[in-house]
Amino acid sequence: MPLLDTIRTIETPEGVSIRLRLAGPVPRALAWLLDFFIRLIIYLILLLFLSQLGKFGLGIGMIVVFLGEWFYPVLFEVYAQGATPGKKTLGLAVLQDDGVPVGWSASVVRNLLRAVDILPLFYAFGLCSMLLNRNFKRLGDIVAKTIVVHRDKPKPLQKLPPGFASPLPVWLSSSEQQLIVAFAARVPRLTPDRAQELAQILRPARHTSTVLRADVDSLLGYARHIVGER
Amino acid sequence: MTPNEFIRQHEQEWRQLEALITSAHSSLRPKKSPDTIFDEKLTPEQATDQAAFPSLYRRICLHLALARERHYPPALIERLDRLALSGHQAFYGARSLSSIGQFFVHGFPALIREHARLFWLAGALLYLPALLMGLLVYFRPEMIYSLLDHQGVNNLEEMYRAGGAIEPEPGSGRAADENFRMFGFYIKNNISIGFQCFASGLLFGLGTLFFLIFNGLLFGAVSAHLIHQGSAERLFQFVIAHGAFELTAIVLCGMAGLLLGRALISPGRRRRSEALAHAAGPAVRIVYGATAMLLIAAFIEAFWSSGAYLPSTGKFIVGGLLWALVAGYFLFMGARRES
Repeated sequence: MPLLDTIRTIETPEGVSIRLRLAGPVPRALAWLLDFFIRLIIYLILLLFLSQLGKFGLGIGMIVVFLGEWFYPVLFEVYAQGATPGKKTLGLAVLQDDGVPVGWSASVVRNLLRAVDILPLFYAFGLCSMLLNRNFKRLGDIVAKTIVVHRDKPKPLQKLPPGFASPLPVWLSSSEQQLIVAFAARVPRLTPDRAQELAQILRPARHTSTVLRADVDSLLGYARHIVGER
Repeated sequence: MTPNEFIRQHEQEWRQLEALITSAHSSLRPKKSPDTIFDEKLTPEQATDQAAFPSLYRRICLHLALARERHYPPALIERLDRLALSGHQAFYGARSLSSIGQFFVHGFPALIREHARLFWLAGALLYLPALLMGLLVYFRPEMIYSLLDHQGVNNLEEMYRAGGAIEPEPGSGRAADENFRMFGFYIKNNISIGFQCFASGLLFGLGTLFFLIFNGLLFGAVSAHLIHQGSAERLFQFVIAHGAFELTAIVLCGMAGLLLGRALISPGRRRRSEALAHAAGPAVRIVYGATAMLLIAAFIEAFWSSGAYLPSTGKFIVGGLLWALVAGYFLFMGARRES
């Protein structure tokens, strides 16, 4: 695993490992800010409405603020796949350490312990904890055994530009084959000059460079053959 | 096998699993158990789909492992990876809130008995300072000003003087809307204090210590001051009923906070983070119970305590019964199951 990376793998009982991309303090702070404003707007709208009801409205207002401040994140995390509206906008989600969605207890713990993360000012404890913890956990996350991850949007399978396929003239290891396919998938997004420049790098890297043609078109051909076009 | 052949061969299954997972997510209700991940009102087709889910999910795990082993294109591996993740979440994420009724009938009191020593410790941290401060203020009344300023003391005396806010016209309560406003206030104020008392246990128990002792001092000082002023009866007929729930619940929140603090101070053979996560389970269940008690307390405090539905002797009897109820609940409920 690369040293400076935020990707964690969890192993499922089926014996395969799944990758999760951890979210750092900045997107999480932005999500919090967004949620904060959403709550504020809800309170303001309610205030307009409830002020008509006198003391009765005041009572309801205080209950709503109580629920909003403590349980707004809990409800969304449990019922909306681990994401408050703010988190959803930023593509974040809360999961348990083992990658499954958060349950009631974990969500309640991590959100009640916000009261400590927020101390002494502006989530200072939470921020320190996130920077010190290798999984970007604030204190509430440590106790509740939860993580916050980026929920990646599905990317379409990269298509190679159409053309002929040619078999590899020499044996290449599978990671080398993968390199050629990855390069071929990037070609449409590169300028022709840059693509050629990158293709050139291959030449001195291999002893077999005499047989392996290191120009863009040939590499594309090899790539198509590797992924199975004939 | 080349990647494209692999995709052609299995794409059908992947799409099927994707469809199953989306249909599982579309029902917003929490899932009950692994068997009912999907909506209960199923058409026959859906029912077979549901039965197919586990084997389909395991097939996708196999495909992912194969794709990794054969170094297929990263985009393909990524797609299978995401698919396996959502399958994993749908399959193993089916957690439920264990029956609430069960919890209150025996789980909660049994949990408190299990950690009885911490309960008594938290109780002592609330009541001993209250007693000491009470004696201090009773014999040296000016000590009240070490906790409250003039304004605060005036408000207090105003509230509890004959005919003040606490003593309404006999036979009637406060106006209903005023009662409800106070209900909202008690919920917001008291439950938040309970939560903070629990959460600040994470500061090596120090926060919980502060909340318990400070509230104890305040309670003792206020009571002693009012007794000194001759308002003892008005004070106690007001606090006795909801106090049974409110004071006990604050002790319970403190106890939950001390559980966290203890995990940090003496984690035993675990790492501190592990010990914390381990303590969090019982702690949060204690907080659930305490929250319910604080809700009851807020209700009683808003709608009963301030009313004069009974003469004060009657209110003392009701209050005493409620204390006996709370004590009996924690001492005896679910005890037979344990033995």
